[in-house]
Amino acid sequence: MISLKINNIDVKGKEGDMILDVAKRYGIDIPHFCKNDRLERIGACRICVVEAKGQQKLIASCCTPIREGMEINTHSRRVMEARRTNMELLLANHDLNCVTCKKNLSCKLQRYAEEMMIDEITFSGDKRLYEVDHSSISIRRDNNKCILCGQCTRICNDIQTVNAIGIQNRGFHNKIAPPFGMNMHESACVNCGQCVIACPTGALTEKSDIQGVIDALRSDKFLIAQTAPSIRATLGECFGMPPGTPVTGKMVTALREAGFDKVFDTDLAADICIIEEATEFIKRFKENKDLPLITTCCPAWIKFGEQFFFEELHHMSSCRSPQAIMASLIKTYYAEKIGKKPEDIVLVDIMPCTAKKFEIKRPEFTGEADFVLTTVELGKLFKLLNVDFINLEESDFDNPLGESTGAAAIFGHTGGVMEAALRTAADWLTGEDLKEIDYKKIRSMDTLKEAELTIGGKQIKACVVHTLGEARRLLEQIRQGTCPYHFIEIMACYGGCIGGGGQPLPTDKERLIKRTKALIDEDEHKDIRKSHHNKSAIKLYKEYLGDFGGKKAHKLLHTEYYKRDYV
Amino acid sequence: MVQDLLLPILKHEQKKSGYISEAAIKRISIQTGIPVSRIFGVATFYSMFHTKPQGKNMIEVCHGPSCHLNGSFNVLKSLYKSLKIKPGETTKDKKFSLHTCSCIGCCDKGPAMLLNGKQYTLLDETKLKAIIKKCRS
Repeated sequence: MISLKINNIDVKGKEGDMILDVAKRYGIDIPHFCKNDRLERIGACRICVVEAKGQQKLIASCCTPIREGMEINTHSRRVMEARRTNMELLLANHDLNCVTCKKNLSCKLQRYAEEMMIDEITFSGDKRLYEVDHSSISIRRDNNKCILCGQCTRICNDIQTVNAIGIQNRGFHNKIAPPFGMNMHESACVNCGQCVIACPTGALTEKSDIQGVIDALRSDKFLIAQTAPSIRATLGECFGMPPGTPVTGKMVTALREAGFDKVFDTDLAADICIIEEATEFIKRFKENKDLPLITTCCPAWIKFGEQFFFEELHHMSSCRSPQAIMASLIKTYYAEKIGKKPEDIVLVDIMPCTAKKFEIKRPEFTGEADFVLTTVELGKLFKLLNVDFINLEESDFDNPLGESTGAAAIFGHTGGVMEAALRTAADWLTGEDLKEIDYKKIRSMDTLKEAELTIGGKQIKACVVHTLGEARRLLEQIRQGTCPYHFIEIMACYGGCIGGGGQPLPTDKERLIKRTKALIDEDEHKDIRKSHHNKSAIKLYKEYLGDFGGKKAHKLLHTEYYKRDYV
Repeated sequence: MVQDLLLPILKHEQKKSGYISEAAIKRISIQTGIPVSRIFGVATFYSMFHTKPQGKNMIEVCHGPSCHLNGSFNVLKSLYKSLKIKPGETTKDKKFSLHTCSCIGCCDKGPAMLLNGKQYTLLDETKLKAIIKKCRS
């Protein structure tokens, strides 16, 4: 243990702890921009500077380890002046139209400017002026708002290994953009949106579809909403509720008040997705062909695979994502059932994900889902319609596409899809109704997790990865033929969908764990916790889809992949 | 580390082709495994690298403090008069490219510039005209 003084208070920390982290434990949240717990600390923004007694220069607290006997002052006169100057310099070259900014009230730059009581910017000079990049289907890039903290590129390069954007040029002309003057649409971007949740300002935001949804709500079309499994654990945060507050019932009521005719649950589609994937897995496992099987619920991972690992794509399940399954069922089965033409139905998907915006625009899904709103956008829509979210009554999803199991609830966090699939596959392989269904080993926040299962003397090795960098390492193993697993779940975002690009900010590890807990709680409180026991799903197969993995199911619930060029 | 070799590779490419093309960056990326966005970042960071085709003659006007005080802006003005290009640009006939550069160590004889790596000092309009004329012939 190392003891030191922070603002004259005796504190203790472990060797290797950084000043900023120790201060936070003792209740002082030193402002910082470029620090991200998932990235190497680079001490670039110089907002976190503090004064250490006996040292002439101010030090960056985010990347300076504590030492015995240090005397730190986090808010001395010198520190505050330096911090203020640095902030003013950042603001001097910033587009200060805060009220019209998409990150208004959730922007870190704005927050710190307010906390530091900056009422005037003493510097004036040239300002960079960039065109806003609207080209991407999911992400809007406005370099006029960028403060060059570099978190987005480091996430994109080091964590996701997509390398779509990078820092270019030098000095005043320094900017973050895709190479060769390309726009986001032409770049290798997989739309995961991890850069969006890393961005402290309004430089990277999701592309908004709220206006389109408002127009649809005011038309005479039949409006249906479907909500993804993870939304219910995060939407409350948009209204100031503590992280991990489940708001399923309120969300459904609010959607109805907003004007949706029917509110369906993507969880049902998640159950169907598990039934199809487990069928596919058991077939491949018995034939010992094309193993490992990789799940395909994540559209960012699908684009990543299509770009970088096309030769390995036969390992991917042909099963659609739950969103696309639900969209397909609504525009076929449900449209027939209520006697409406598919084009008279407007389907709005509420998703945690910016990549879903890209997914619904894939040519093979034309005419299915019409809009995707992220969790943050849904929060904004409710605020726009002045819905008093916190005091709403609770209500249930509509039928017949509203029933779901505990297995579907956990789709929203990393390891959930695998856990749900193993529950079903294990039952089917043994022919029993197994009681032991909790796979706790794959619930943690480690980026690579393993589970083993022995059924009838045969071992099934399952693996769960999240973040695309980890996926890349696994895919390289598959390419070299050294991959020991039979079944793999891949999610592009850290933590799975609860850490998606469209989730409320901030998205740190603590919050992710709380959100995960909310989903696991929901699972544990459900009577039915296995996808293949979902009565609505089974009825749907009997009435409409036919056999599990059958011909009609294949047509409506499966898809194909393309080779994509990338730069 | 292959990353350490990036600068020598880019220097070689610059010397060979006169600039670092998109195709070259993609080729280097495949050969080294360094992502395109990073190579492009490095190539645009250093002023010794160019990502666009350059003219036959490379003019680099010193804009260090001493040359600035001695009127390096007048050099740029005269060059604009005769070549119709600003720093960072290349003439349409691809004969000249103009850039500014940091101190080249001729502070006692400013304003100074480099033409294809060779120093020219104590520049004025007549001197520049003669230099350009010589290059054109």
